[in-house]
Amino acid sequence: MPRNLLEVKSLRVLYKVHRGDVKAVDNVDLSVREGEILGVVGESGSGKSTLALAILRLLPRTARIADGHIYYRGEVDLASSPENKLKEVRWKEISLIPQAALNALNPTLKIVDHFLETARAHGVHDRKWVIERASKLLSLLRLEPDRVLKSYPHELSGGMKQRVLIALAMLLEPTMLILDEPTTALDVLTQRFILDLLKDLHAKTKITMMFITHDIAVIADIADRMAVMYAGKVMEVGDVYTVFKEPKHPYSIALMKSIPSLTGSVEEMRSIPGTLPDLVNPPPGCRFWPRCPHAMDICRKEEPPVVELKPGHLVSCWLHARR
Amino acid sequence: MSSEPPLMEVRNLRVYYPVRKGMFGGVAYVKAVDGVDLVLNKGDIFTLVGESGCGKTTLGKTIVGLVKPTSGEILYKGKNVLKLNKREYLEYRRNVQIIHQDPFSSLNPTKTVFQTLSFPLKRWGIARSRRDLIEKVSELLSLVGLKPPEDFLFKYPHQLSGGQRQRVVVARAISVNPELIMADEPITMIDVSLRIGILDLLLDLQKRFNTAYLFITHDFGAARYFAAKGGGLIAVMYLGKIVEIGPAEDVIHDPLHPYTKVLMSAVPVPDPELSRKKKLLKLKSLDIPSPMNPPPGCRFNTRCPFSKPKCEKEEPPLVEVRKKHWAACWLYTS
Repeated sequence: MPRNLLEVKSLRVLYKVHRGDVKAVDNVDLSVREGEILGVVGESGSGKSTLALAILRLLPRTARIADGHIYYRGEVDLASSPENKLKEVRWKEISLIPQAALNALNPTLKIVDHFLETARAHGVHDRKWVIERASKLLSLLRLEPDRVLKSYPHELSGGMKQRVLIALAMLLEPTMLILDEPTTALDVLTQRFILDLLKDLHAKTKITMMFITHDIAVIADIADRMAVMYAGKVMEVGDVYTVFKEPKHPYSIALMKSIPSLTGSVEEMRSIPGTLPDLVNPPPGCRFWPRCPHAMDICRKEEPPVVELKPGHLVSCWLHARR
Repeated sequence: MSSEPPLMEVRNLRVYYPVRKGMFGGVAYVKAVDGVDLVLNKGDIFTLVGESGCGKTTLGKTIVGLVKPTSGEILYKGKNVLKLNKREYLEYRRNVQIIHQDPFSSLNPTKTVFQTLSFPLKRWGIARSRRDLIEKVSELLSLVGLKPPEDFLFKYPHQLSGGQRQRVVVARAISVNPELIMADEPITMIDVSLRIGILDLLLDLQKRFNTAYLFITHDFGAARYFAAKGGGLIAVMYLGKIVEIGPAEDVIHDPLHPYTKVLMSAVPVPDPELSRKKKLLKLKSLDIPSPMNPPPGCRFNTRCPFSKPKCEKEEPPLVEVRKKHWAACWLYTS
């Protein structure tokens, strides 16, 4: 089995609001294996983007890591590393493409300058190397390097900008990419094109990817393994074929039924009753019990343990702990 | 066929937006809607799908009177909406309601749910006294699933979740018993697990009050769900034109137009084996032509994997290829 590149252990991230602390990520354990595409799926408020930001310690000022560890290559703990150590990890080891990054390109800078500035900020001053590397990456992403490098962001379409951002994230040869909703703002055909490009890129470079999305169909299409998050917790982890075929957590099962998709019978699709819990005062016990059709007494009182049903298939639910 | 005119009819509708070309250049036109016909009867569900920029929102806005058409006719119960007298116009505005995409910006943040919902009731004389208003608003809130209503009456929008806000917006739209609701991406900003709940709510109103819907979305899964469950039609738009119309499951599972075929082959599905086995129909080009200057002949010919020389010259008519299933493509007409 490939080794773990990243190991998140008992991570807790809190956001300060006037009512108290929003428990955005609460006691999360999750590992990313070297060379895999890990899909992280969850609704808004599930903590998936906060997790991504926490890994690189790019959280906003109102947030803090209250507890836990983020081990990179089993040695460095990113949760407690000093800033100068993190600078060596960001972009060079792990790159993040945040959500809605399409608008993050500086409108007054040509694309080539985005590459040069990024390199310079990380101590790489070899202009020739940067341009060569950028050109190689852009061609890999099926863009014309000469034309694109000379363009300003407004001259590129959404799909092209997304590809420029992927190339930019890969500039300093990181081992891992974190992509937060990379295809959400794109049209169907552009989304398909980007998904296929990422698969192709992964096949060619074996770069490790953490792919975050609310769209479960996108996970089915691209990921090797997946983690289902709900209200700051990881509910289920496993390889995509297993989780889609035999989802075990009542939330995963309900989530899959709640997507109006092109396949399956519309008669079997239904929404999940109730609403997401308030994360300042989350319900005691399992966070899903107020909406869970199988909620038992213990679910309302105690947090469910993580149960390994099959090697690599983990579920955090009392239904499975009792066997 | 009944002799009564349809609830809403659109004939050869065109909506062009002028844009200035360069500093000294003349004016060019973005042809957002370019020759659309459609008919909606009471209780009908008409779902309009397409990618961004295809003109679906402009078409919807024009039908409900928010945008003026460049040419063509919009008939409400057989009468041209631009030529209605004041009384008829008010009746049209009352009977055609709108649900917008963003439940965060379509409610006044300084008004409580009660204030928001009692306004149309007072305006149309449905309820006047405070007691009647509270009773009627509570009824509306229960109807859209905000129960118990007392918990929601005096809340402000910021105290509600996105799903709850969209339910308030739905309650406002149905408060005046409209005959048609134009819903433009009503679930796009709602949490995934609650989306079907909003669609079911709209479908329930169709069953109870025979409300007709013009449902606009970019999400083919949502379009399928809404149209299939409500026994309605899906229409696919491309560059200002409807290229295919048919019963929901027929359009999704057995599309006729090459554009719909390409889209269906590209949408990921929540099944790893199926999604990875899908064979993508390759387009000739990824670039969407400018709606200012759509290609001659069939608008899809520059990207269509099946295009023939004829497609570059003549525009294909929308014809009934199978029962109730129409497509505008030369593959099906000689």
